[in-house]
Amino acid sequence: MEKVNIVIVGGGPAGLAAAAAAYDAGERSILILERDSMLGGILNQCIHNGFGLHTFKEELTGPEYAKRFEDQVEARGIACKLNTMVMDISPEKVVTAMNRTDGMFTIEAGAVVLAMGCRERSRGALNIPGYRPAGIYSAGTAQRLVNIEGFMPGREVVILGSGDIGLIMARRMTLEGAKVKVVAELMPYSGGLKRNIVQCLDDFGIPLKLSHTVVDIQGKDRVTGVTIAEVDSRNKPIPGTEEFYSCDTLLLSCGLLPENELSRQAGVALSPVTNGPVVNESLETSIPGVFAAGNVLHVHDLVDYVSEEAAAAGRNAAAYVRGDLVEDRSHEIPLEFAGGPRYTVPATLDPAKMGDAVTIRFRVGAVMKNRFVDLYLDDERVLHRRRQVMAPGEMEELVLKKSMFEKHGETSRITIRVEEA
Amino acid sequence: MEERNLICINCPMGCPLTVTLGDDGSVISVTGNTCPRGDAYGRKEVTNPTRIVTSSVPVSGAKSGMAMVSVKTASDIPKGKIFDVVSDIKKITVTAPVHIGDIVKANVAGTGIDMIATRDVE
Repeated sequence: MEKVNIVIVGGGPAGLAAAAAAYDAGERSILILERDSMLGGILNQCIHNGFGLHTFKEELTGPEYAKRFEDQVEARGIACKLNTMVMDISPEKVVTAMNRTDGMFTIEAGAVVLAMGCRERSRGALNIPGYRPAGIYSAGTAQRLVNIEGFMPGREVVILGSGDIGLIMARRMTLEGAKVKVVAELMPYSGGLKRNIVQCLDDFGIPLKLSHTVVDIQGKDRVTGVTIAEVDSRNKPIPGTEEFYSCDTLLLSCGLLPENELSRQAGVALSPVTNGPVVNESLETSIPGVFAAGNVLHVHDLVDYVSEEAAAAGRNAAAYVRGDLVEDRSHEIPLEFAGGPRYTVPATLDPAKMGDAVTIRFRVGAVMKNRFVDLYLDDERVLHRRRQVMAPGEMEELVLKKSMFEKHGETSRITIRVEEA
Repeated sequence: MEERNLICINCPMGCPLTVTLGDDGSVISVTGNTCPRGDAYGRKEVTNPTRIVTSSVPVSGAKSGMAMVSVKTASDIPKGKIFDVVSDIKKITVTAPVHIGDIVKANVAGTGIDMIATRDVE
C-alpha cells in the first residue's frame, strides 16, 4: 500500500492552506485529494469581492483568493489528485479513494486533515409544504449556474433564508436582469453579515422580511408562486398573515451543514451543535492523527479565518507525523461557556500542548447588544472584551495566550462568559 | 440638519453609523464607527457612494471547457452606474487564454475604470 505522511481530504481553501502550512513546517510527503476538476472549492463560484481583507489586506474576489493559495501549493510542488473521490477513511487512517485514472486505491496515511467543507441545507430538510416543481434551487446551486455555467435559473425570484449566499445571489440575479421580489427569513434576525444586507438588498431595494417563512409553493411543472407568512415566537405561521408572490424561482439559503459522512464512518466524534468534529487545541479530532479545519469543522463567515485555522491544522499534522505532538490527551480541559455561546472550537485545551496562542471561535444563539466577552482561568478573568452587538450570523473569536496560563499557574477550568455590560 | 443611519460595509463588524449632514448637504459628523475607515465610508456614502461590481462573462476556447470567466471593476465605481456597467459587459465574449488582471473591457460604461478578469483560463 502506498504511504503518504499527510493526506488532505479536500482541495478548497482549508485543504490548500493546510497543505502549504504543513510543507512550511518541514513535511514533504503530502497529498491533496479533491473531487472536483479544479482546486479552490466553493471559492470558484464566489465571484463577488470581500475576500482576503485579513490575510492579504486587499479585497479580492473568491477566484483571486483561491489562486493565491493554489499558487502556494504549486510553488511547493505539493501533489494533488483531482477528480478523486474519497470513499472511506478507516480509524487506522487508511484512506480509500477512486478516480478514472487510478481506479480504486488505498493510501496508508500518517496523518489526515479533514477539509471537506460544508453543504447547503436542502428543501427536503426544511419540510416546506407544496408541490415539487422545477425552479427550486439552493442559493449555491443558482450561484454555480449563473457564475460558472452561465445559465440564469429564473426571472422572478423569491429567496427563503437570509444566509450570505442567498443575499449575494439576490444581488447577482438582480444584476443579471431578474426581479428579486422578497427575501423571507424565519428568524427575527438575519443569518447573513450586515454588510451583505446593505450592499446586496438595500442597494437594490429588495425587501427583507424577518420572522417570515414559505408556507406553500405553487406550480406543478414549474414554480408559479410562493406564499409566505409571518411566524410567531415559536416559528409557527400566523394565520391571516399569508401573502402570495408570483415567481418562477425559489432560492433556499437556510444554513450550511458541515459535510462529515467520511468523518462519521471513520468514527470521529461529532458535535451535535456544529455538526463538525469535536477537536482539541491542536484541531485534532477524537482519532489521534486526524485533524479538521474549515467549514467541515464549523461553518465560517470569512474564508480568511478558514485559511488561518487550516494552516494551524496543517502545522499540527506535520508535528504529529514528526512525533512532536504529545499523544497523551488526559490533560485536556473542556472549554466551558455561559451567557450566550452555543459552542466553542476547540472544545478542549491542554495548556501544555498549546503553542504561543490558540484562537477560540464561537457563535452566540441570539442577537445580543452591549455585552462583555470574558475569559476566565478558574476564577481569574484574563480577557475582557466589549462587544456592541453579537449575532448568530457573525462568528466571534478570542485569542488565548500561553502566557496567560503561565501567569495564572495550574488551571483546572477555562470558561467563556458573555456578560451584560 | 439631517441625520442618516448607515451600516458600514468595510468589514464584517458592520458598525452602525450616524452621519449628520448640514443644510448644504455637507457632512458635519460621523459617529458610531470604530475605525477611520468607517468615518471615510460614512462621508463617501452620503456624498458619492461607490461599489465594486463583479460579474462573469462567457469565455471561448478554454482548454478545460470552462464556459465563464469572472470579472470585476478594477476599483470602485459610482453606485448609480452599477447597471450601466453590467449592461456594458452583457455582450462581451473573451477568448482564452485570460489571466487575472487582464482587461476585458476598458473604461467600462464610461466610468474611466477597466473591467478586469479575476481568474485564469488557459
